[in-house]
Amino acid sequence: MKKAVIVRDYTIPANDFTIAGEASSNVRKILTQLGVSPNVVKRASIAMYEAEINAVIHGKGGNAHVEIDENKIYIVISDEGPGIADLELAMQEGYSTAPDSIREMGFGAGMGLSNMKKHADILDIDTEVNRGTTVHITVYFNSDKKI
Amino acid sequence: MTVKELSEKLGYKIITETGDSTKTEITGVYACDLLSHAMAKINTGDVWVTVHTNLNVVAVASLTEASCVVIPENIQIEEQTIERAEKKGVIFLSAPVSAARVCYDVLSVLREAK
Ligand SMILES: Nc1ncnc2c1ncn2[C@@H]1O[C@H](COP(=O)(O)OP(=O)(O)OP(=O)(O)O)[C@@H](O)[C@H]1O
Ligand SMILES: [Mg+2]
Repeated sequence: MKKAVIVRDYTIPANDFTIAGEASSNVRKILTQLGVSPNVVKRASIAMYEAEINAVIHGKGGNAHVEIDENKIYIVISDEGPGIADLELAMQEGYSTAPDSIREMGFGAGMGLSNMKKHADILDIDTEVNRGTTVHITVYFNSDKKI
Repeated sequence: MTVKELSEKLGYKIITETGDSTKTEITGVYACDLLSHAMAKINTGDVWVTVHTNLNVVAVASLTEASCVVIPENIQIEEQTIERAEKKGVIFLSAPVSAARVCYDVLSVLREAK
């Protein structure tokens, strides 16, 4: 196994939209500076943003852990929120339990999880009701997946 | 066609001048107020038309590499959004016309420029 070259950890506060998205924005900057292809930078940061925002909105906040090596970026977003009872249903475009106050900001299309799936090379979600949710996103630097 | 040229041609006001408006090229236009829709669909270089002016708009525009955000109907833009946009290099324009009209005008200008 290759050793991670860059490791970053971020705290994701609950319901704080002044900080929401900052972790993804920071990771985007790192990847750009590393000279990773624009397509990969965009896919990784969009997938991470959607997971980060879900932790903010649905998961009562949590943590982001990022590992970058020469071949890939691996992102773990975890929270100890309510978990997702029916993941298959939640993955469907249009399914959302976002409250009105959140919808007023423009969230709640029910597209975040499917966006992650579209943009990541590998997406794994561990979730348990009342325990929390952990999202694992991998994007390979040489992947030619299109968006 | 750069953002600056577009703003001059259509009389849209540049609200956040990041220093990039004369360099940033416009390639298309996308209109939607659902953030994760926009996140999925905005192509790099698109003008993004939305009525939202909250902080999350800056994040979406930045991650999708929209050329600029156009806020229609002279809707006032939140102060914290302007500050964040300047920091992140996201150009906001304010237009006096409706979102539909913005789309029509941007597409017309792009077609003319071809
Ligand atoms: N971290 C999480 N903890 C608890 N529930 C979650 C979490 N992430 C997603 N969900 C559930 O899955 C649903 C669908 O998530 P998804 O991101 O696709 O849509 P959304 O967040 O509701 O809206 P959008 O992402 O389009 O703004 C959510 O409404 C919520 O019920
Ligand atoms: Mg979501």
